[in-house]
Amino acid sequence: MLAPFFYDYMLTALWVSTLVGAVCGLLSGFITLKGWSLMGDALSHAVVPGVALAYLAGLPFALGAFTSGLLAAAAMSFVKLKTPVREDAVIGVVFTAFFAFGILLISLFPAQLDLKSIIFGNILAIAPGDVVQLLAISAVCLAVLALQWRDLLLFSFDPNQARTLGLPVRRLHLTLLLLLSATTVAALQAVGAILVVAMLITPGATAYLLTDRFGRMLLLGSAIGALTAFAGAYASYFLDGATGGCIVVLQTLGFFLAFLFGPKHGLLAARRARRRLCLIPPALAP
Amino acid sequence: MNPATLLEPFRHEFMLQAFAAGGLIAAVCAVLSCYLVLRGWSLMGDAISHAVLPGIVLACIAGLPLGVGAFASGLLCATGTGWIKRHTRVKEDTVMGVVFTGLFALGLVLHVRTPSELHLDHILFGNLLGIEPGQLRQTAVLTGGVLTVVLALRRTLLLAAFDPSHTRALGFPLRTMDTLLLTLLALAIVASLQAVGIVLVIAMLITPGATAFLLVRRFDAMLAVAAGGAVASTFIGVYVSFFADASTAACIVLVQALGFVAALCLSPRSGLLRRPRPATAQRA
Amino acid sequence: MKPAPEQPLTLVARGVTVTYPNGHAALADASFALAGGTICALVGANGSGKSTLFKALMGFLTPDAGNVTISGAPVRQAQRRGWVAYVPQAEEVDWTFPVNVHDVVMMGRYGYMNFLRVPRSVDREAVAAALHRVGLWELRDRQIGELSGGQKKRVFVARALAQQGRIILLDEPFTGVDVKTEEAIVTLLRELRAEGRLILVSTHNLGSVPEFCDQVVLINRTVLACGPTSEVFTAENLQRAFGGALRHFDLSRSTVEAHDGRHVTVLTDDERPLVLGQGGHLEYRDRSAHEKLVADREAGKGLRGSSE
Repeated sequence: MLAPFFYDYMLTALWVSTLVGAVCGLLSGFITLKGWSLMGDALSHAVVPGVALAYLAGLPFALGAFTSGLLAAAAMSFVKLKTPVREDAVIGVVFTAFFAFGILLISLFPAQLDLKSIIFGNILAIAPGDVVQLLAISAVCLAVLALQWRDLLLFSFDPNQARTLGLPVRRLHLTLLLLLSATTVAALQAVGAILVVAMLITPGATAYLLTDRFGRMLLLGSAIGALTAFAGAYASYFLDGATGGCIVVLQTLGFFLAFLFGPKHGLLAARRARRRLCLIPPALAP
Repeated sequence: MNPATLLEPFRHEFMLQAFAAGGLIAAVCAVLSCYLVLRGWSLMGDAISHAVLPGIVLACIAGLPLGVGAFASGLLCATGTGWIKRHTRVKEDTVMGVVFTGLFALGLVLHVRTPSELHLDHILFGNLLGIEPGQLRQTAVLTGGVLTVVLALRRTLLLAAFDPSHTRALGFPLRTMDTLLLTLLALAIVASLQAVGIVLVIAMLITPGATAFLLVRRFDAMLAVAAGGAVASTFIGVYVSFFADASTAACIVLVQALGFVAALCLSPRSGLLRRPRPATAQRA
Repeated sequence: MKPAPEQPLTLVARGVTVTYPNGHAALADASFALAGGTICALVGANGSGKSTLFKALMGFLTPDAGNVTISGAPVRQAQRRGWVAYVPQAEEVDWTFPVNVHDVVMMGRYGYMNFLRVPRSVDREAVAAALHRVGLWELRDRQIGELSGGQKKRVFVARALAQQGRIILLDEPFTGVDVKTEEAIVTLLRELRAEGRLILVSTHNLGSVPEFCDQVVLINRTVLACGPTSEVFTAENLQRAFGGALRHFDLSRSTVEAHDGRHVTVLTDDERPLVLGQGGHLEYRDRSAHEKLVADREAGKGLRGSSE
């Protein structure tokens, strides 16, 4: 059972995934409440061409991913501004185009680029340089969230009030978008482009079912993210890789537990409450 | 480059099959994309296509046809999302994200645990050039069926997409209509799997509809433009990928995206090159 | 931290013009002036530019021409001092958001807090006072979705109180609110008026306007009229503002009047009807209170608002 702890690469994988899980979990509270799930999905796919180009050019992968994500976000807001097409369709068109470009690059240079590690992540073989990049990203995100979480809360809950108080609403919007891009880049190494969105919404959605206080929801989301990432990385030792798959399966399980057994908002609790109100007679309740 | 080289792709049996399969899939996805774009269900295509993975892996283990597993797990995702949404306060798009990533992750874990001849790359990114005659037949049957149903019911489906409450008031079973659209969507995704893969089929289920929406104002015209544009871009994409020796699916999607950009520039409804459209949106 | 009391509170719009990107004017050359100690209704039909003007007053959009000043300074400056408080419509709020009543009211204090928005004892006291005043102190730990319609409305009024806003803007405050809550809010607004605050209510509910608003700004693409309710609320002005959009019951010709003399009862399910008497006299539920207010205003002309 302790075997994973005897290998250096496993130890690195364990603590790096835990850190990334915690940061993503912290941010996921904002993403779920702001209704940015599709945006998270889109950005995580849109970073792929940036990663591919960065690897080809020998630049830090985070730089390429970040630039590519921001370009995609800019393209989305530009198209949305100029056309009457629904927002979700615009996001879909832009991110699939970016992703396809990434796949094209990978298929053109199969020798230099490893499709699997970009799409599914490869935390077990993470390079020391990449660890440094992840550390830097996580530290910046944590610092920004620690300083600005109350402003971001007001911005998410009631942007109009934020505006009447003279808060810089546009800057807050941009901050949240930058944080989303940054955490996407960080999670890319752990779970890969396709599953990043799970890290960015599932812990938050789980915490949302467990508490009615925003601060607690953030901390809970972070704890869930860290715990599942650690356990997933640990389990993947016994499953020959698929770290991302393990982490996300655990997170989804956590969500279902909260969905069923949440103390107040869970399915069973809601059913009990309804029964107490006699809206459904006990005999008819399933 | 001499003209013979330009005609080279048409000399190969596998290329002709790729053109045929790609064209069929593009037409079906394009027609469905018109409904998804208008209904605001773009994420649904994304979700279902990811969610088919565990079904495929399980079908492979059980020795069933892959299409059956894929269809079942895609539909499970769609109905599961709807059921959870009705019983919780979490927003619908978040629920969908949680469910489809969970299913996809499950598929990945199962795939690692099952030593099989299943190529993950082919499921994810398709293998249009390697399509076999049997698969082509299967694709033709599926796409033909879906296309027939959609075109026959196109007015009713449009009504459900445009004005759900009116549809219900008219006595149409809205739930059934939605389920039908989801079923057709899942079938179309299953048909597209082997050709373009589950990741890039999302693009084929959004981009043509969005492009056509920019260009025309009548729904029937939108269907025609979307299908025509998608089939044309698929031909171009397949053709280009033959020479570029690059991922076929990626080429198709990029050509479609270029089509969207072109529509963006030319469209009377966005008018990058013309006067600003009459906006009703408030500047906040 | 308290707003400087020596400066008289005024809200002045001069030639405010807002155009959409397509060149259509949402609002053209809208001008009016209001002073503290007033409850003013912003009245106009849907699409009259009412919400555009409301946004311009809150600083959500910058007019293409003209300007809005608060006590002589731009809106932005007043916002930074925390003078402008906003009570949103119920539909704008995400009631499932994981915040409780206390959290929401504390959001009114953000302008007074430091960069990290850590509440100090002053902030806590202001929140407690505001919650007591609207009668929600006992419910302070409730998640906001677990309140009744009237309580939900009062949470946001409490937030405006905690913010110590000198100008309070309410967007359709009485939609979906029961009569009792409406009366409680009106009473509270009257108290705030007596404290010298300026209260601006955007509404399409004509009947309740004479009841608690002493001034009216009537809008249809521009400011049609502005001034004391009894002067602005004439059949002719309302006709200009709403065109044919108003239902019209002429009771003098009704069979009830001929049958029962002057005893006429008008019932509506939700919105109060506006009742005009002979010669355009407005009907009030509580006539004496209104007359006292008019007398007070005549006595202290300093507080009186005027149209330009």
